[in-house]
Amino acid sequence: MTALAVNRLSKSFGGLLVTASVNLVVEPGERRLIIGPNGAGKTTLFNLITGELRPDRGTVTLFGRDITRTPGWHRVHLGISRTYQIITLFPHDTLVRNVTLSLLGRSRLRWNPVARLDGQAALVGRARAALARVGLEHLADRPLVQTSYGERRRVEIAMALAQEPRVLLLDEPFAGLSLEERRDVLQLVAGIPRDVTIVMIEHDMDVALDFAERITVLHFGQVVVEGTRGEVVAHPRTREIYLGE
Amino acid sequence: MKRLALAAALVLLAALPFWAGGSFYINIASQILLYAIFALGLNVLVGYGGLVSLGHAGLFGIAAYSAARLLAAGHGHLAAIAGALTLALLAAALFAALALRGTGIGFVMITLAIGQIVWGVAYRWISITNGDNGITVGSRPQLFGLSLAAPARFYWATLLVFLVALASMQMLVASPFGASLRGTRDQPRRMAALGYHVWMIRFLAFLFSGFWSGIAGLLFLYYNQFVSPQAVALTASAEVLLMVISGGSGTLLGPVVGAGLVVVVKNVASAYIERWNFVLGAIFVAIVIFMPEGLVPGVVGLWRRATARTPSRDLVGVVEPGKEAGR
Repeated sequence: MTALAVNRLSKSFGGLLVTASVNLVVEPGERRLIIGPNGAGKTTLFNLITGELRPDRGTVTLFGRDITRTPGWHRVHLGISRTYQIITLFPHDTLVRNVTLSLLGRSRLRWNPVARLDGQAALVGRARAALARVGLEHLADRPLVQTSYGERRRVEIAMALAQEPRVLLLDEPFAGLSLEERRDVLQLVAGIPRDVTIVMIEHDMDVALDFAERITVLHFGQVVVEGTRGEVVAHPRTREIYLGE
Repeated sequence: MKRLALAAALVLLAALPFWAGGSFYINIASQILLYAIFALGLNVLVGYGGLVSLGHAGLFGIAAYSAARLLAAGHGHLAAIAGALTLALLAAALFAALALRGTGIGFVMITLAIGQIVWGVAYRWISITNGDNGITVGSRPQLFGLSLAAPARFYWATLLVFLVALASMQMLVASPFGASLRGTRDQPRRMAALGYHVWMIRFLAFLFSGFWSGIAGLLFLYYNQFVSPQAVALTASAEVLLMVISGGSGTLLGPVVGAGLVVVVKNVASAYIERWNFVLGAIFVAIVIFMPEGLVPGVVGLWRRATARTPSRDLVGVVEPGKEAGR
């Protein structure tokens, strides 16, 4: 069964067609890279998959289940987690509180108005474990504002991984990182077990090339090229879009 | 140390009728407490939910009017209180369903409109509300067989309810649901992407807020033994909002301090100056300029800066003033 299938998905803002009848089929355990220049509609495609935006036409299917009409918050419980290109975390809370909130999002406990959140040892323990997974356990009790950009990026990934997603969507996880930080994040992403299907957006083709098995090139909202890494890199259209030849 | 201060404050509050010096002051204390409950209820939405309501006097008034009507129809106090709270909760659910179609300024405008509708009904639907003349209530209820007619007794009953309200607020803020609510205030999109049903969280917070507004409305009714359209006017909604903001929204004690400020200025300044609203306005302007986060976070911040002179302690205590004050 396919992990994630997008069928003839379209979305326009006013007169601007941002997603133009996109088809996408991602198999379980696959590592898919979606690349394209600025304004290609990559993030919009993610927003359509996660439910932050409603498509004008087309369907989204998760492990055979049509989720096109499922509200975004509910899709998380069906196994989709994402990170954001522009980091959106809770800056005045500690790292461990940030990850705890992420875990709480998938727990029934989130409706509980009488328990003490700080007293939920199991939940907080899992949050610390998730931070350890991205190598940040030593900063767990530090407020987020006192961490570096690269560290926040890893907190984002820790939050997404903590939710134990079946499909993980990474929106430009390398944007704004130094070369060294990129290597750390790439290593981290490469270490994610195969039971998690990963779809990654990147603007810059070189960075994430090693990671991808299959690559989809998006341009003006359309899928222009799709195939294995070698096929896509060699394709004349890819060269045209990226090098302007 | 903290426990000691808390115990001392409790003893001081409980003994207030003995040291306050007369029923005039005891009554002012009762007013402060009942408005503090109202402000605490509104603070759930404004401070923790990031949703500014300008129609909360509507909920406050619906509870007061309902109880007054039920009492006038010959029902007992218990039935009147239960009926009034049920109606206030139903009204809160309806208000929330309408107002939560928007956030930010949209939410403000819808709550403002609903509040004005309630005021219009109170003012014009004379067969039910008795219009401008209001409704008078014959007696105060009894608590544990004790009459609440005397100012001190009523004060103690109000204090009891106030402490329960305060404890429930503290519990909510520290709970997983409280963390969810604050999350929807700061990053609603992110919270949805983490699996939180943002609308439902806000809806439940509105109900909780409406419940305590209703309780405050009941105390208001029994305190004055009278309710009129003034209780549900826009100025009443604005006043309680100013209590929350001036004291410090999103803190536990801010709304209480704000309620104290407004009630005291109202009662003291009005004895000397006819235009006491002017004094209150000037105070609000000063607060906004010098302590934009409100009195409680502002004073806590000043105190921190004054005590944390040594650099080592400064490093430890790097906390946003507004984040710590309420805990």
